[in-house]
Amino acid sequence: MTTDLQKSFKEQMDYDELMNCTRCGFCLPSCPTYINSGQNEASSPRGRIALMKGVVEGRIEPDEKVEQQLNECLGCRACEPVCPSGVQYGHLLEQARTVINEHKSYSLPVKMLRKATFNYLFMSSKRMHRVHQLRWLYEKTLAQKLVRASKLLTLFPGEVETMERVVPKTVPPKRLNEWEEVEKGFGKQTKRVAFFNGCLMGTMFYETNQSTRLLLKTAGCEIVTPKKQECCGALHAHGGETEKAIQLAKRNIEAFENLDVDAVISNAGGCGAGLKDYPFLLRKEADWEKRAKAFSDKVTDISTLLASLDLGPLELSDEVVTYQPSCHLENVMKEKGNVEKLLRKVNGIEYVAMVDKDKCCGSAGIYNLVQPKMAMRILDQKMVDVAETNASVIVTSNPGCLLQMKAGIERERLTDSVRAVHIVDLLADAIRKRDSEEGDAHAVRNRH
Amino acid sequence: MLPKEMEQELIEVVGKDRFTSSKEQCYVYSYDATPGFQAEPDGVIRPTSTTEVQEIVRICSKYHVPIVPRGSGTNLCAGTTPTSGGIVLLFTHMNSILEIDEENLTMTVQPGVLTLDVVKRAEGADLFYPPDPSSMKISTIGGNINENSGGLRGLKYGVTKDYVMGLEVVLANGEVIRTGGKLAKDVAGYDMTKLLVGSEGTLGIITEATLKLVPRPEDKKTMLALFSDLETAAKTVSEIIANKVIPATLEFIDQPTLEAVESFAKIGLPTKAKAVLLIEQDGDEAVVAKDIYTMKRLCEEKGAISVTLAKSEEEAFALTEARRSALTALARRRPTTILEDATVPRSKLAELVSFINDTSKRYNVEICTFGHAGDGNLHPTCMTDERDLEEMERVEKAFADIFAKAVELGGTITGEHGVGEMKAPYLAWKLGDAGVEAMRAIKKALDPQDLLNPGKVFAKESKKRIVLAREGAK
Repeated sequence: MTTDLQKSFKEQMDYDELMNCTRCGFCLPSCPTYINSGQNEASSPRGRIALMKGVVEGRIEPDEKVEQQLNECLGCRACEPVCPSGVQYGHLLEQARTVINEHKSYSLPVKMLRKATFNYLFMSSKRMHRVHQLRWLYEKTLAQKLVRASKLLTLFPGEVETMERVVPKTVPPKRLNEWEEVEKGFGKQTKRVAFFNGCLMGTMFYETNQSTRLLLKTAGCEIVTPKKQECCGALHAHGGETEKAIQLAKRNIEAFENLDVDAVISNAGGCGAGLKDYPFLLRKEADWEKRAKAFSDKVTDISTLLASLDLGPLELSDEVVTYQPSCHLENVMKEKGNVEKLLRKVNGIEYVAMVDKDKCCGSAGIYNLVQPKMAMRILDQKMVDVAETNASVIVTSNPGCLLQMKAGIERERLTDSVRAVHIVDLLADAIRKRDSEEGDAHAVRNRH
Repeated sequence: MLPKEMEQELIEVVGKDRFTSSKEQCYVYSYDATPGFQAEPDGVIRPTSTTEVQEIVRICSKYHVPIVPRGSGTNLCAGTTPTSGGIVLLFTHMNSILEIDEENLTMTVQPGVLTLDVVKRAEGADLFYPPDPSSMKISTIGGNINENSGGLRGLKYGVTKDYVMGLEVVLANGEVIRTGGKLAKDVAGYDMTKLLVGSEGTLGIITEATLKLVPRPEDKKTMLALFSDLETAAKTVSEIIANKVIPATLEFIDQPTLEAVESFAKIGLPTKAKAVLLIEQDGDEAVVAKDIYTMKRLCEEKGAISVTLAKSEEEAFALTEARRSALTALARRRPTTILEDATVPRSKLAELVSFINDTSKRYNVEICTFGHAGDGNLHPTCMTDERDLEEMERVEKAFADIFAKAVELGGTITGEHGVGEMKAPYLAWKLGDAGVEAMRAIKKALDPQDLLNPGKVFAKESKKRIVLAREGAK
């Protein structure tokens, strides 16, 4: 029996790429779901590729179990750098999810939620701002207290309730625009960079964006932040909403391509990887692939840029720090080791690497909300690894990882002794501390 | 499809969670790392103990259903492809290191332990488990024992069989036997341990193994020698051994393989050289220094373009890691990669290398060569496309010629990958008909129902043996 779904698989999947998998199994030890499923081959990259290929070849039907395996993949892409054949697993996964999504009839509530998220909210930065306003009101009024007291959120599936507690406090909406389209760096100009604001980074994680700006300026960078930019579209692409992702990609390329900058800076591994993948996303769009390539070549993570520039002497109080890398920063952007380099530059703190740090923390975009069981199993193991380092600070390089680590701290009841922080916030703290000490010294000098 | 009653009986043994006959599960256990082989089993089972394995075997015997034990499925001879259907037996729940005995220098393990974990655990006790197949990060020790896996250190340290001292095995009749033990000497009857190692799951199901450990070498040095042609490199290998130096590793890599590996590993390998020898020596500091010096001199005398010593442990590690990726890295070139492991006496290495080269030209197929030169164990690897049937036919002919040549040179059709289903048709070339019959008699005695991994080792039909036309006067 050949179903429509099977037909679409055959038409839309890149069969040559599927053929590139030699089934050597080198990917198995890198895969968090393979390990956490008790070594279930179907939960491994090799198994998932076999399933996709089996569907394309008509040997198996794309039944619920196959779909479940494809959904259970974190998309962390840790299997790609370890694949000697260079199989583009992430792209295959997105193709498969797009096909499934096209044929899926979701239940009404899910359909509405997907529409609201993918088609409405994340398609416009203005709407993101409006939601931010609502969140601010929610926190300012009694609403939050009532919701928390009523334990209403525990009725929701997954970790919604934990997540509600760990998201950063909303900054007043009027502050969201406290930046100029062009800002000069301090001192001698070293680089001219464009800044990718990000939809969640520009609202929920606004403080982190401001820290990023402070660091860039301290390193002598002139910053251009085009107002017209949008969400990177990574969530859409991972969720099988390719069309929407393509629209967003085009708008972003248009917003950035004529800026004459040395780099486009992102401070979220997930977004940066989304931007890096534009040439793949736009491969079938006439005249766009080249523009996408020119754009994505410039995309760089903040940690990579800062590691090559001078921030001056940095010092923080004596603490053990560990780092949970963003999978997409390392496996897709392929920018590795720079956060560690930056941490080693900060005097006072001691950086201790945790075992298996290159294993996904289970956040993976919205994975922890839609696949809570696996996500929490992975997180619990991660927290064991964190504990072994004796760190009181967990540094991250992506907002999803940050929230996940915060959730881990909550689950382990470690809120009094351990905190999670984005690398740029940690570095910016050191700079603010330095500035205020210099300010004090300056004041003291003036008094005498 | 399994009989309903049988499924019920299996579930009674292991519980609902550890037996499945779902389409998805059967599909993902339909293959191993061997290209061109795929067949779905009828069920997948995950026992937790030897007793459960015994009960499973008894049930399978009652219903005449084959059993295929499987580790991580990285073998290259279709040894774990369930080509006769039946049940795939997984050891994911029998994966503990049971004991490390520092007085007898042994480690006792369950079959599902990853090879790398064995190595790491030994290192933790300042001991050493030498066998290191390229898939050691992924493969299980059970898989290694069943295939008698080799690796990069075979020349000096031997292979898996040299480190298995004792086994616990469930036989086809459901009985458990224990062979060998923590004994340096043991001549009580036939050496069943050696017989079972490398038997590819056809004689019994290994449920526990006692491994031999050795003291950890104090020092290690790694060196890379570059050559402008394949034969000089191959001759240098024989020269080193003839000079009575036994390095821990002596690997041969040709130019196309180097290019493929470099494009994956990006560690600055010398892709301009036509052939490279990766040489490693371990042991006492003074011995290592002396051997490395001798080998460097021999390489230079034989005409190496350059010989360089790895500057740090990291650099040395990167080199050996890169070599381990060779097979799969080659797969970047074409969709299908077929790898063989013809092996000859070391002294014949250069002859085999040039024969492989000529064969590749004769059949117009792309064959790259790398491998454990010090062991005379080469991995001629063919990059092809299984969709192109005409080309596949030429590939098969080329490999048949290579097997024939290897046997003619006093070698074998497989040095370390096993026979499985893939090389079964060629087994008689190495053993002769009487040799195959002797083995078949053992199989029949231990597994009269042909329950355990049927279709492996013994082919339904043997390939007609090729007699190579002698070239010239040689």
